[in-house]
Amino acid sequence: MLAYIIRRILQSVLVMLVVALVSFALFRFVGDPINSMVGQEATIADREALREQLGLNDPFLTQFATFIGRAAQGDFGISYRLQQPVMELILSRLPATLELALVSGVLAFVFGVGFGVYTALKRNGWLSNTIMTVSLIGVSLPTFLIGVLLIWVFAVELQWLPSFGRGDTVQIGGWTTGFLTATGRASIILPAITLGLYQMTLIMRLVRAEMLEVLRTDYIKFARARGLSNRAVHFGHALKNTMVPVITITGLQLGSIIAFSIITETVFQWPGVGALFINSVRFVDVPVMAAYLMLIALVFVVINLIVDLLYYVVDPRLRVDRAASRH
Amino acid sequence: MTDALLSVRNLRVEFPTRRGILTAIDDVSFDIMPGEVLGVVGESGAGKSLTGAAIIGLLEPPGRIAAGEILLKGQRIDNLDAEAMRRIRGKRIGMVFQDPLTSLNPLYTVAQQLIETIRTHADISEAEARSRAVALLDRVGIPAAARRIDDYPHHFSGGMRQRVVIALALCAEPELVIADEPTTALDVSVQSQIIDLIKEICAERGAAVMLITHDMGVIAETADRVAVLYAGRLAEIGPVREVITAAEHPYTAGLMGSIPTLTQDNARLVQIPGAMPRLNAIPQGCAFNPRCDRAFDRCFKDRPDPLDRGNGRKVACWLFDEVGAAAKEKANV
Repeated sequence: MLAYIIRRILQSVLVMLVVALVSFALFRFVGDPINSMVGQEATIADREALREQLGLNDPFLTQFATFIGRAAQGDFGISYRLQQPVMELILSRLPATLELALVSGVLAFVFGVGFGVYTALKRNGWLSNTIMTVSLIGVSLPTFLIGVLLIWVFAVELQWLPSFGRGDTVQIGGWTTGFLTATGRASIILPAITLGLYQMTLIMRLVRAEMLEVLRTDYIKFARARGLSNRAVHFGHALKNTMVPVITITGLQLGSIIAFSIITETVFQWPGVGALFINSVRFVDVPVMAAYLMLIALVFVVINLIVDLLYYVVDPRLRVDRAASRH
Repeated sequence: MTDALLSVRNLRVEFPTRRGILTAIDDVSFDIMPGEVLGVVGESGAGKSLTGAAIIGLLEPPGRIAAGEILLKGQRIDNLDAEAMRRIRGKRIGMVFQDPLTSLNPLYTVAQQLIETIRTHADISEAEARSRAVALLDRVGIPAAARRIDDYPHHFSGGMRQRVVIALALCAEPELVIADEPTTALDVSVQSQIIDLIKEICAERGAAVMLITHDMGVIAETADRVAVLYAGRLAEIGPVREVITAAEHPYTAGLMGSIPTLTQDNARLVQIPGAMPRLNAIPQGCAFNPRCDRAFDRCFKDRPDPLDRGNGRKVACWLFDEVGAAAKEKANV
């Protein structure tokens, strides 16, 4: 088990290095950051001096090595645009994104599993058919359109919920949270639904398909033949067996939620890292973009690791197979 | 026959399909006495497993009981509501399935599955259920039962898992155990152990057994009586010795002829020509008529009902009908 974790962590480090290389190389082609940093009147000499100072004249590999060396210590340099340390910028924005991702992830999981189980058990009920049809909309509509539609209905027409921003926040240590204020809680509802809807329909369809599969198995038939109640058969025996693939997908989707919150954050002007990234792209703020990509890669790698470890909790067969292969 | 434990009366199971209704079991009747072992044999698709599923109320939709009744100690169980039927499953009728590798939920320990089942049917404490479970595992021949009970199914071999399955089927002390090909998926070397175990443990508890198999050898060793199914119909039923030594229905005779014996070492095994008809193409008259070498004109016209041949034997064949016999003699002349 420990050897497995160490092996996985080493693999993860390798993945991170590759991501760093790719993102670093990519950003050399997005444009010259100097142009957006200095004014029209700057002389060629000024530009050269700045270029030298930022290390942009060094060979590619030297720049990359410097970048990796600093990144390993949590130092991603100074934002070209805002002239603040990148880590500080990202950390100040991260709570907003993580809270949004958490709420939409929980919404997607709870409703996804709930609806999935319901539609699998009542396969031909009218409510099941309705849910399945509506879920098609969730899969096929683009996120920004859903966001705009929600704003139109709930913020403009009904005026129940705010249309943008995060509401009031409370500072706890280095973390700003919107959960503790009424406006904060109201503000998170629409963006969370927008961000989580697609994941919810995905999870729901997956749970439904897996559940139907499991309900056909022999051990479910045998569980019924032993006279166990429907409740025990459905939720004790069937649901647990559907959870392994569902955990994988949900975990990976959580990564996507954080990564793709860019669109939702833009639509709702949510002050998270996604919005920060979009602005950085516009200004060719390479340190911020690189740090953001590294952060997203880290999130995916960590979630993957956690998902793999969760398998062990859910499925006892893996514990043994792994132990056996080690001997 | 009123004191039968289980009575199946004119059972008919249908599958409505887009192209019409398929009758998978057609007018099958038999009884199982308390403590008796009834063997049910037939080819794949003859309706053996479906009969078992119909009795325990687990026909897969759209399959349904279209006619007939099933009585457990004189009480009808084919028309009970889902909850009442659930209480009968496991508690009064236990079931053992074919494949022990897939019958157990891989995510729960044997203890969890046994205790859950025991406590579903008896209002006892967890500790008491556990000690019962250990005793039962010990009885079905799991070594070091008290320790192994906390293992997961994948820790056990196929034969051991089938022992666990048997323990699960018996843990609420049912009066009838339906064993649906309990040894088909097992090694030949453990097959007889499992069959012996089912027989012994059911005899001990006075439980009757309905043993579904296509292995005549198993039937010969184990069953008290045997029912032969063909294309969803009952071909012959009777005490196992008589049916084996003096099969009357030509199909049963063919089945017996296809079993290798040690005494006639160089004789070719008898082969029944052709294959069992598909459910949507059962011929008029006797379902066996295309393959029967003794069929005569009546067999192609009318369907034979099981005829009483005395001593609890019944044969669905016109050869044993007075009129049929006469007609046959005429045909032979």
